[in-house]
Amino acid sequence: MDPRHITLISFGYFDADFLRNVAEAVKKEFLVNVNVKEGHLDLSEFYDPTRRQYNGVKLVNEVENNYSSDHSKTIGLFNVDLFIPILTYIFGQAFLNGRTGIASSYRLSNERYGIQTDDRLILERLIKEVVHELGHTYGLIHCHIPTCVMRSSTYVEDIDQKGSKLCINCRNEYNRILK
Amino acid sequence: MAKKISILIVDDEESVRDSLFNWFIEDGYHVECAENAKKALSMLENEGFDIILADIKMPGMDGLEMLRRIKLLKSDSIVIVMTAFATVDTAVQALKDGAFDYVTKPFDPDDLSHLIRNASKQITLSEENENLKQKVVSLENVEDLIGKSGAIKLVLKDIESVAQSNSSVVITGESGTGKELVARAIHSNSPRRYFPLVSVHCGALTESLLESELFGHEKGAFTGAMYNRKGRFEMADNGTIFLDEIATISTKMQIDLLRVLESKKFVRVGGNKEISSDFRVICATNRDLKSMVENGTFREDLYYRLNVVNIYVPPLRERIEDIPLLVEYFIRKYCTSMNRQPVTIDSAALSRLEEFNFPGNVRELENMIERAIVIGNGKKITLKDLPLEKSIISNSVESLDELEKLHILQILNKYSWNISRTAKALKVDRVTLYNKISKYGLKAE
Repeated sequence: MDPRHITLISFGYFDADFLRNVAEAVKKEFLVNVNVKEGHLDLSEFYDPTRRQYNGVKLVNEVENNYSSDHSKTIGLFNVDLFIPILTYIFGQAFLNGRTGIASSYRLSNERYGIQTDDRLILERLIKEVVHELGHTYGLIHCHIPTCVMRSSTYVEDIDQKGSKLCINCRNEYNRILK
Repeated sequence: MAKKISILIVDDEESVRDSLFNWFIEDGYHVECAENAKKALSMLENEGFDIILADIKMPGMDGLEMLRRIKLLKSDSIVIVMTAFATVDTAVQALKDGAFDYVTKPFDPDDLSHLIRNASKQITLSEENENLKQKVVSLENVEDLIGKSGAIKLVLKDIESVAQSNSSVVITGESGTGKELVARAIHSNSPRRYFPLVSVHCGALTESLLESELFGHEKGAFTGAMYNRKGRFEMADNGTIFLDEIATISTKMQIDLLRVLESKKFVRVGGNKEISSDFRVICATNRDLKSMVENGTFREDLYYRLNVVNIYVPPLRERIEDIPLLVEYFIRKYCTSMNRQPVTIDSAALSRLEEFNFPGNVRELENMIERAIVIGNGKKITLKDLPLEKSIISNSVESLDELEKLHILQILNKYSWNISRTAKALKVDRVTLYNKISKYGLKAE
């Protein structure tokens, strides 16, 4: 697989400028080529009516099997509420050392928490999530440095606590992997 | 380096095993799975696991029976039992039989993370207890606090002294000196390091926003509040809360903050349930809180509650001997992050940096080096890459005497108080230098 290419595929509506900003931030962080594509999926197949959420395990496998390629790392972008069987929700997930991940903007917007809309904040949060999941596809695990983007975030305010960049240790590890 | 914690997941549902496996692998744990109790027990006989996460309802031997057998094999094993059908009876029975904790599926990601951190903490603490008997503790995670000057050594000593306690700390120092790094170092070396360090930049928030940020709010508290939202105090449970720019908070917030600090209890906005949180508070400010108390703009009771320990972070101009090390560190940091070959700095540029006043302190130096790497030739940082056109003299210095005193002190520090070298650099004789030192009451750190 060529780790020097990243493809972001949007499933569902995302503003074009918003996606461009995400792609630019990802490109800046990983210093590789980033493509943005649109994907079309019937999400009702992934909806779990008992949980009123979308199954993240099935979705990441769908992206892996039908949208990923050996020519790049692929992240599927969604705007629906994701879960995995054991957890009540997830912001995203990825195959460690794999080629695919997914991230959702659903729980990243302030409106879900009754706070004033902040377009800049939702962009920052999604960038962090996408960079984080891509980090996993490159083999990076969670980092304990508070400002590192690879720090685990289990709720939305937690995402705001960290930065959008790899810390020096994760950066070194990424450079080592890429060589 | 701490050893990798190992986790064994025991559940008959493949999707649960896979989900948990992926979750913990991303956290850097060593993880293995078993689909039934029999296989798990056989794995445990061959390999020790630090944490066992087991389902209660499984075909064949159930989780409670497996728990009893694990405890017979190894009484100090940490077993967390989980089930989709929680009843008080089974929970009580599991705890009576020695389970570390009990959780209901599906978990909230934060609860799972908290649970595993608690278990990891117990394992690491017992290992550390053993290690502590054998070695002297040294500070960890302070690699961002660069320097060998007496001033920075004093800061590190202060960090070491306060890290193990629960005392509130006020970190003072000019803007850009690295107060947040000091807060992180205290947290990283404290027993609370397994739990979050939550930062709040008080100066960036209005009073009403700060209230919601600190205390959180309940679902339905106001229009559009679809979910409960944790406040920073709640997020910092078992950890540390870092309140930056504490001097900027309003009088009302000072009262609210004092109340929370005294009781460690609060109510979310729109809620009526009292929430307890066990946090340590570290504050930072570039203002003189004591004089704010004297002129009535900061509450005296809050000041004394916060200022149990004070750590002063010196400005860069008081530790110029650290500049070469800092420059080297930032060059390495930015060349790595920009994926560039390491560059060097020529001696003329370095000397000018050592003479510069740095009103923006370490942050200003860092920005300067980052900029120099971006615009430079990729091999060597030279004077033309550095924006040093500003006066090297601090704006706050007005009298000639004060200026002379600061300059002599800078050069003395630069040459580690070597009188001959300092006198030569200042182009005065040694006697004149001694007279000046005596006149201004200068002392080596």
